[in-house]
Amino acid sequence: MKIVACIKQTFDTEAKIVVGGDGQISDEGVNMIVNPYDEYAVEEAIRTKEKDGGEVVVVTVGGDKAQEALRYCLAMGADRAFLINDPALVGADSRAVSVALAKLLSDKEAGFDVIFTGKEAVDDGAAQVPSQLAARLDLAQANVVTDCEISDGKATATREIDGGSETLELTLPALISAQKGLNEVRYPSLPGIMKAKRKPLEVLSLADLGLSADDVASKVELVVAELPPARKAGQRLTGEVDEVVAKLVQLLQEEAKVI
Amino acid sequence: MSIVVCVEQRDQNLRKITFEALSEGKRLAVASGKTLKALLIGSGVAHLADELKKYGVDEIAVVDNEALAVYTVESYAAVLAAYIVHETPALVLLGHSAIGKELAPRAAAKADCGLVSDCIEVSSADGDYLFKHPIYAGKAIGSFKVAGPTRMATLRPNVFPIEESEGAAGAVVDFAPEIPAAKVTVTGSEMSSGDRPELTEADIICSGGRGLGGSEGFKLIEDLADALGAAVGSSRAAVDAGWREHAAQVGQTGKVVSPNLYVAAGISGAIQHLAGMGSSKFIVGINKDEEANIFNVADYGIEGDLNKVIPALIEKLKEVQ
Amino acid sequence: MEFAYTDEERMMLQMARDFAEKEVKPLAKEVDKEHKYPAATVKKMGELGLMGVSVPVEYEGSGMSNICYAIAIEEISRHCAATGVIMSVNNSLACDPVKIFGTEEQKQKYLADMASGRKLGCLGLTESNAGSDAANLSTTAVLNGDEWIINGRKIFITNGNEADYSVVIAITDKAQGHRGLSAFIVDLDNPGFSVGTVEDKLGIRGSSTAELVFEDCRIPKENLLGEVGKGFKIALTTLDGGRIGIASQALGIARAAIEDAAAYAKERVQFGKPIAKLQAIQWMLADLSTHYEAARLLTHRAAYLKDQGQPFGKEAAMAKLMAAETAMKAATQGIQILGGYGYTTDYPMERYFRDAKITEIYEGTSEIMRLVIATNILK
Ligand SMILES: Cc1cc2nc3c(=O)[nH]c(=O)nc-3n(C[C@H](O)[C@H](O)[C@H](O)COP(=O)(O)OP(=O)(O)OC[C@H]3O[C@@H](n4cnc5c(N)ncnc54)[C@H](O)[C@@H]3O)c2cc1C
Ligand SMILES: Cc1cc2nc3c(=O)[nH]c(=O)nc-3n(C[C@H](O)[C@H](O)[C@H](O)COP(=O)(O)OP(=O)(O)OC[C@H]3O[C@@H](n4cnc5c(N)ncnc54)[C@H](O)[C@@H]3O)c2cc1C
Ligand SMILES: Cc1cc2nc3c(=O)[nH]c(=O)nc-3n(C[C@H](O)[C@H](O)[C@H](O)COP(=O)(O)OP(=O)(O)OC[C@H]3O[C@@H](n4cnc5c(N)ncnc54)[C@H](O)[C@@H]3O)c2cc1C
Repeated sequence: MKIVACIKQTFDTEAKIVVGGDGQISDEGVNMIVNPYDEYAVEEAIRTKEKDGGEVVVVTVGGDKAQEALRYCLAMGADRAFLINDPALVGADSRAVSVALAKLLSDKEAGFDVIFTGKEAVDDGAAQVPSQLAARLDLAQANVVTDCEISDGKATATREIDGGSETLELTLPALISAQKGLNEVRYPSLPGIMKAKRKPLEVLSLADLGLSADDVASKVELVVAELPPARKAGQRLTGEVDEVVAKLVQLLQEEAKVI
Repeated sequence: MSIVVCVEQRDQNLRKITFEALSEGKRLAVASGKTLKALLIGSGVAHLADELKKYGVDEIAVVDNEALAVYTVESYAAVLAAYIVHETPALVLLGHSAIGKELAPRAAAKADCGLVSDCIEVSSADGDYLFKHPIYAGKAIGSFKVAGPTRMATLRPNVFPIEESEGAAGAVVDFAPEIPAAKVTVTGSEMSSGDRPELTEADIICSGGRGLGGSEGFKLIEDLADALGAAVGSSRAAVDAGWREHAAQVGQTGKVVSPNLYVAAGISGAIQHLAGMGSSKFIVGINKDEEANIFNVADYGIEGDLNKVIPALIEKLKEVQ
Repeated sequence: MEFAYTDEERMMLQMARDFAEKEVKPLAKEVDKEHKYPAATVKKMGELGLMGVSVPVEYEGSGMSNICYAIAIEEISRHCAATGVIMSVNNSLACDPVKIFGTEEQKQKYLADMASGRKLGCLGLTESNAGSDAANLSTTAVLNGDEWIINGRKIFITNGNEADYSVVIAITDKAQGHRGLSAFIVDLDNPGFSVGTVEDKLGIRGSSTAELVFEDCRIPKENLLGEVGKGFKIALTTLDGGRIGIASQALGIARAAIEDAAAYAKERVQFGKPIAKLQAIQWMLADLSTHYEAARLLTHRAAYLKDQGQPFGKEAAMAKLMAAETAMKAATQGIQILGGYGYTTDYPMERYFRDAKITEIYEGTSEIMRLVIATNILK
């Protein structure tokens, strides 16, 4: 089996967000991590390999620093990695990212059986790349998957839908986007970290992929980012429980008008 | 040119988010001088068109085909993309629901449009549109522009007010694109039991955290939710402890919700939790720690033992109802 | 001079921090309160390669640098100093002497077990009359045919209650003084061995501190570690390396105290503003952070020298002295910054305070560190 995991390097979820003078978000001094959902994707990819054999290829579109994220996945147990890095991809939107990924996976690295992604990136929260990539590769897909079983050229996936869950059967090759709960992510072991240093990590430019800057032109532009207005603390209700509760119900009825 | 709302129905029931999207679509259509169209996809769904008319829709395109009886993202996205190519609307709106989240980007790729997900505000000016979308789990708000001719957006549920409007034609037309052979079959589905509303659609949510002390503690939250007609949510600590399933988790790595009322009991108010509920209209915090962070965002904060406060609150609610 | 992490150091940091936050932190309070040896955590640490960080891969270690080792101990100790010392003792005091002085057979047989975490190791040096004066031992080892027969009592031995193997220092020739000491590897399954008193103590309560009792404990002749008469040298070399581990443990405690105190100070409002706005509080935090950074540089430099195969005894002593005193100061002032809350068990600060103290005592007291440093610079 050839198993692909698409990952994105994102801000640590604890990171404080600072908007620079240019109205864009500053990444200065921010600790970068592998998008948490992508860890589930990589874990599932490695487990699939451990069960059925084959290799795990991790791929990201990003800057130089994204190599760290790839090395981390190699330390977890992935076999090879690709970084697609090109000046024309700075500020790339989901379209551009998925075009670049699709080109790599339909050309140089064609022949995969399954692609795992995260269900969304915690920075942009767009949840677009998996579906765009599946569309471009004309793949069956299952999103927000919490349980997945691969055998006999098929994937059986249970996924969250509004108000419940549903089980899908997909013909491989297919794309699965991971939700928390899919598995428990391993820590890279120390020997794994040592081995990761020697595993192949290839950096590709658009030209290496046979793409032009026009091919990956973004359609979506972030005009400006702002910090949301801070939510202010409201009132503290104090006193005996009965009084407090009566006051709350009154406020909910009369001031908030929500009940 | 038109603004198109892609209707969401499940088992021939229209979802609330569709009315929100139609209402917002109508406001934008009026503001930017466009017509409002709805795209209704499914099998045996034509009769739902009547209800859509209430929102001032000029035209309803119905794609009614047995092959579409069961929703799959592949087939629905193929239909939506074909319609976009056929219609070249200025703007396409969907809900940022489980379906909209995947349907929109798959169609966007097929029709080669730019898409902004999870919008909390859309405005029009000078023939263009500006989309506001929270990024970094709500720690910042991005304003995005999309290159035309067709822009797509998914709208966060419970944010856009529902408004009916009259005077539009509401003509029903058929649309019959080619539907690709499915590579996916839906072999089963399971809806969570209970009559409580779905978390992302609920007007009121009662959530519990580690302070409940155990899965039995959630009984209190459920009772409160029932008294309020609310959905039940949870912090991650309570999910990790196995007291609640992950589908109930609110926060950065759970669901993002914006109900009218969010009651957080025994939840400290960690930044990752706030990321999921910070845009609620009103927040009530119940916590025994006077310095709990939840009080920094709560409109109404009650410092006390939830085991005393919640039963009393349920009593009081029963009294006034 | 390079002050940047290598790829492997960065990954180590990230992994150890993650592991400590998710697996070590949630148990720390219970481990302390109930004197509970964190067996499950230690097992996981073994599987991840944390119990033999700088042991070569051929002996089932991780083959990493001592800087990586220092980073890992600090991260674990940031949340639980008891778990930190369990790890430090296995790595530095048990694996290291076998790695440095052991025969190939000993490495295959004992080092691989300990480095992989399948077995736990300890070092039996201290006795009731031999603390700082570590050569003043009474435990004896007598060669009898193919066996050494060990008799005596070791006290205050970390991991003593759980360990499978111990490196033991004993007298083989009383007349030779410290040149009459030798080192042995003892399998603690031995019928001549028993655990005596297990201490009840102020801090690091999840780590056992036990008495090792040897009564006609017979071990194979080939379990002599290094040469006869080299026991004291082996002990001192081992402790030099161990001090990098304890310095790192102290750094973890210091950082915990500083981070928690800073977070608290930003939130605690008195006189209408957060106490972090008060210069009195700011200066405490500024000084502590400076001491912490200085101690960390000393520690990583000692680890670097060890990695390079250069002498590092003086540097390790400086690192341990500075880090231990910083940990103690940070925890003392940490409680001060938290005020009355810091004195209660609602916050872990009082635990940091209790845990910090031991770093000034074991593997050489701060006085002995000064003695080592002075001897080195005055020679
Ligand atoms: C501060 C900021 C500024 C931005 N500015 C712009 C802008 O100006 N214009 C614009 O159009 N967009 C912009 N974006 C959006 C962003 O750059 C792209 O949308 C992004 O690369 C696509 O990822 P996503 O967040 O949509 O991922 P999602 O679609 O939410 O991610 C889902 C999954 O897709 C995979 N995936 C996502 N990204 C990658 C990747 N790079 N490589 C490999 N796999 C991936 C991962 O498996 C991930 O879990 C901005 C985002 C941020 C946070
Ligand atoms: C990458 C990442 C993602 C995360 N994503 C999420 C997420 O999506 N959602 C989420 O919720 N968290 C998330 N977290 C976890 C988050 O940081 C917190 O750990 C979590 O929200 C804490 O849950 P809690 O408030 O229930 O528990 P605690 O923080 O332990 O709070 C329990 C509260 O209950 C109060 N209490 C106790 N007993 C009583 C009583 N009898 N009466 C009244 N009050 C009482 C206490 O005073 C305390 O404030 C994430 C963390 C990380 C690192
Ligand atoms: C929790 C714990 C775990 C331990 N783990 C181990 C272990 O795993 N293996 C092991 O072998 N030992 C272990 N020890 C023993 C530890 O290393 C000794 O306690 C330490 O070396 C000090 O010896 P002592 O307690 O006998 O104090 P003493 O040597 O009696 O010292 C008493 C005081 O006199 C001072 N002093 C002594 N000599 C001098 C001097 N020459 N100049 C100036 N001041 C001096 C000391 O600094 C100290 O202040 C542990 C001890 C504890 C408490």
